[in-house]
Amino acid sequence: MNNPQLNKNGELTHLLSTEGLPKSIIEHILTTADAFASVGDREVKKVPLLRGKSVFNLFFENSTRTRTTFEIAAKRLSADVINLNINASSTSKGESLLDTVDNLAAMQADMFVVRHAQSGAPYLIAEHLIRTGATHIHVVNAGDGRHAHPTQGLLDMYTIRHYKKDFTGLTVAIVGDILHSRVARSDIHALTTLGCPEVRVIGPRTLLPTHVEQMGVKVFHDMAEGLKGVDVVIMLRLQNERMNGALLPSAQEFFKSYGLTPEKLAHAKPDAIVMHPGPMNRGVEIESTVADGKQAVILPQVTFGIAVRMAVMSIVAGN
Amino acid sequence: MTTLPTPDAEALCAALLEQMRPAVQPNTVMIGVHTGGAWIAEKLHAALGLKTPLGTLDISFYRDDFARVGLNPQVKKSTIPFDVEDAAILLVDDVLYTGRTVRAALNEIFDYGRPQRIDLAVLVDRGGRELPVAARFVGAKVELRDNQSLNLARDPGGHLSFSLVEKAKGVS
Repeated sequence: MNNPQLNKNGELTHLLSTEGLPKSIIEHILTTADAFASVGDREVKKVPLLRGKSVFNLFFENSTRTRTTFEIAAKRLSADVINLNINASSTSKGESLLDTVDNLAAMQADMFVVRHAQSGAPYLIAEHLIRTGATHIHVVNAGDGRHAHPTQGLLDMYTIRHYKKDFTGLTVAIVGDILHSRVARSDIHALTTLGCPEVRVIGPRTLLPTHVEQMGVKVFHDMAEGLKGVDVVIMLRLQNERMNGALLPSAQEFFKSYGLTPEKLAHAKPDAIVMHPGPMNRGVEIESTVADGKQAVILPQVTFGIAVRMAVMSIVAGN
Repeated sequence: MTTLPTPDAEALCAALLEQMRPAVQPNTVMIGVHTGGAWIAEKLHAALGLKTPLGTLDISFYRDDFARVGLNPQVKKSTIPFDVEDAAILLVDDVLYTGRTVRAALNEIFDYGRPQRIDLAVLVDRGGRELPVAARFVGAKVELRDNQSLNLARDPGGHLSFSLVEKAKGVS
């Protein structure tokens, strides 16, 4: 398969998906993030790697947290950051995606961080840049449709590695709305590549993609069964907009079956960690006592996310 | 040019130590540059009996050739376990050549605070400076050709040794 993420030397030049990323590159990102993690504790929380580079945050879909962590990461690398909320801008005036990209390229952009509701939009941009010879511009996918959210996947891997050290003996459960979750897909690909022997998905039939087993995961519809003996629980956000359709009876009903409570968590290993990509719906997919409990590593995930995004941006910018 | 004998790293370490001993002040701390400089610093730090823990720097994030070569694939964490503010820092590296590593290290140190002073100690000064950088403590001055480099290695017993590496012509 054509993999526009890698240059002809096999180096990472765009980050579009964790699918098709070689293990060596994922490990390189995680190790580099380790070195960046300490920058946040210093007097001057900045390194000069991307000094004079312009990073454009192109958010065609809202996301305060992801945009903010990308912005902080770019600023800690000394880049200049321009935030574009395109929802409210050119597209409403009828400009096409690639025209927007060409205009920003003409403003001497060095990197695009792209969030788009349409799966594949960052690929389209990366391929367009390659086609037009603008190979000095790098694209980082900050979430596209239901397809991928690679930096979230990588920060989840960083978090798991931080607490569990090694992937080869782990059982990881991903719980909730797998169908609409780009985070779940990015996690599954990265976990598989890193050698995690058992990845489980737990959710109602209506919120699991058909043929999800083909991604190499074990499917469960019951929390007690699915969480039994797991080392890591990754909860997904139940997107409110899904509630209106026919996929779910109600949020209360979902919580009863799939919301993470201390009782359900007790089926996992006693030292299991609980992760959530945010924003959380307390009382829908996770109970507050769990979200604020000893096993939750949800806030460390946010901190690690900055170091991981610094690593990704500095690696692609250097290739 | 005649080939010089490869310098004895352990002997140079001992020579460096005697030069540095009189310079130790109450606020003296030590930082070694990854990887070779950190190994040397470990020995010097122990021999000088410095109380504050040893710091290490990986200057990859401060290199001036990022735009040309990208990020070092094996970047390590910098650890400065003391307050840099008003400290007298002994900065230790294995080989002083162009001075670019020292420039990067100085910039990184100042992102931790404003030290009282920084002195540079190197096992070998091989000349070839491209920046106005000088070491206060030098184990030995060695002349090398441009295509030669001295690589420091540490065996499992902690013994340091140099090897002379010669790059083939036309390969950079």
